[in-house]
Amino acid sequence: MKFIFDSDTWQEIYGGIRKNKTRTVITIIGVLWGIFLLVTLLGASRGLENNFKNIFGDFATNSVFVWSQRTELPFKGFQKGRSVRLTTNDVEILKREYKEIKFIAPRSQSNSAITRGFKTGNFNISGDLPVLDKVQKKDLVYGRFLNENDIKLKAKVCVIELEIYEQLFDKNEEPIGEMVTIGNISYKVVGVYKNGNISFDGSAAYIPFTTFQQVFNRANRISWMMITANEGVDILQMEQDLLLTLKNIHKVDPEDKKAFGSANLAVEIGKVTGFLTGMQFLTWFVGIATLIAGVFAIGNILLITVKERTKEIGIRRAIGASPIEIRRQVVLESVFLTTVAGMLGIIFGGFVLYLLDYFLGSGPDPTLVNPTVNIPIILFAFLILIVLGTLIGLIPAYMATLVKPIDALRDE
Amino acid sequence: MIRIKNLHKSYPIGKDSLHVLKGIDLHIKEGEFVSIMGSSGSGKSTLLNIVGLLDEHDEGEYYLNGQEIKNLNEKKGAVLRNKFLGFVFQSFNLISYKTALENVSLPLYYKGVSRKERQKIALDYLDKVGLKDWASHLPNELSGGQKQRVAIARALVTQPKVVLADEPTGALDSTTTDSVMDLLKDINNEGMTVFVITHEEEVADQTKRIVRLKDGIITSDTINVQRKPVKTV
Repeated sequence: MKFIFDSDTWQEIYGGIRKNKTRTVITIIGVLWGIFLLVTLLGASRGLENNFKNIFGDFATNSVFVWSQRTELPFKGFQKGRSVRLTTNDVEILKREYKEIKFIAPRSQSNSAITRGFKTGNFNISGDLPVLDKVQKKDLVYGRFLNENDIKLKAKVCVIELEIYEQLFDKNEEPIGEMVTIGNISYKVVGVYKNGNISFDGSAAYIPFTTFQQVFNRANRISWMMITANEGVDILQMEQDLLLTLKNIHKVDPEDKKAFGSANLAVEIGKVTGFLTGMQFLTWFVGIATLIAGVFAIGNILLITVKERTKEIGIRRAIGASPIEIRRQVVLESVFLTTVAGMLGIIFGGFVLYLLDYFLGSGPDPTLVNPTVNIPIILFAFLILIVLGTLIGLIPAYMATLVKPIDALRDE
Repeated sequence: MIRIKNLHKSYPIGKDSLHVLKGIDLHIKEGEFVSIMGSSGSGKSTLLNIVGLLDEHDEGEYYLNGQEIKNLNEKKGAVLRNKFLGFVFQSFNLISYKTALENVSLPLYYKGVSRKERQKIALDYLDKVGLKDWASHLPNELSGGQKQRVAIARALVTQPKVVLADEPTGALDSTTTDSVMDLLKDINNEGMTVFVITHEEEVADQTKRIVRLKDGIITSDTINVQRKPVKTV
């Protein structure tokens, strides 16, 4: 292997490559394109993945949402089409029966005008417990979220979304401690939060659950509930069990599919991650296939080169080059070209990812977040490239050794 | 130096075979200046290829520097060519993208001589053929005679036992032919065995021994007494 570090070997290869600038450039472009695509696609798909992670990041992913509708089957003397209502009682029962429940958040929602001085707007109003912040993390800009004290005291406080703040307040105005009117009742603003990419409540003002039930006259009726399970719990199984328990409480046929609606966040996210996995597979497939095509192009061009250089190879043989030396030179040329092309491709790919990040990765709603490719993946692709370059170089190298000096040097 | 006994060579042409060399006996001693004369098809190029280890003989014996050449593999052939033989071709066969100096030093590269040493030796030999000032020129910047002189320098650079020249003046005009022949004579005068193949009488006349080949057999082998005097350059 000493020859690899011999400057003379490289001098010879440099000579051969320099002589054929056009073919060298064309050859390099083939492989460069392959690895460029691989790097860029992998980085872009990673960026998309990161973006999805960001979107779902605010949620506890093993969560189930449950709401009530109308029955579709008659049961125990009840007609079908009866509307059922979830209550705080259900919440208590579920909390008691299921030890695997980590958080359970009853939700009561309505909408109403929110007014401050001469400014007003219609927004969603949501009655919530502090636990909501655990199920769906609130990104607070000012102040705090609702706390247990607010619940206990049925305090007239609210936490408003940034958009509400922007509509009701002047720019940079301090909102904390200011009063806003929601349906004739004044509330003190204790916090301002900012919605993430996914929001179930829209631009909502959160007021204490207990306050909401009283003000909107809901007694113990709630709109829906969010349930988060402990880590490692089979959330799909739990969803089925919860629904059965609720059907039992509300005297609904266990086979009734309409009475309660539910959505499982894990399933929804699974769909997206499945899509991402598919996309990554596609990226690898396309990238590797392009790489192979590029390497074959190198082999092909070297083969032509060997034909072109028959005479030169003949001369070298006549003045004492052994077949191994000739073969070595062709293989090294192939490896060298693939290596240079690979490096350039990686650099270009990195540059394009940088541009993607610059143009699509910033701002309030980025398409790609941190589009990067892991170094080990790059090294792996690079290694594959060099191995392929060597293997493909062996073909023209073998052809080169078939050149007989006597045939090559025969004068026409 | 070169001893050939009853050498036969035939080439397959379709189902038949063409018998090119039909029993050649030739003994060339060290320091001789021999020309092989013959018209095209006489088998002189085949003989040179076999002597130059570029081709293998079918029958007979061939000793190069006392070593019998038999069942030579490519690798061994390359080593022997590099060590014992220097080639000069009709069409020069210089590598077009290498400078004169690089062309001359290439055999030393395959011999495994270090870069610095190579440059030095190659420059010495270029000086010897009078082209030291042209060392950094590419072959297409040189005239035919200059190219052939570079090729001769390349043939000599490994200090071979024999210089094999295949129609060395075939592509040159008469003036340059003379200068190239003078160079070969000088080399021979320094003790080198020179083996020239030609179909030109004027070229053969300048060698010390003329072997005439016709239809694969030697028809005459004479010492050339009326050798033209070496021109003073």
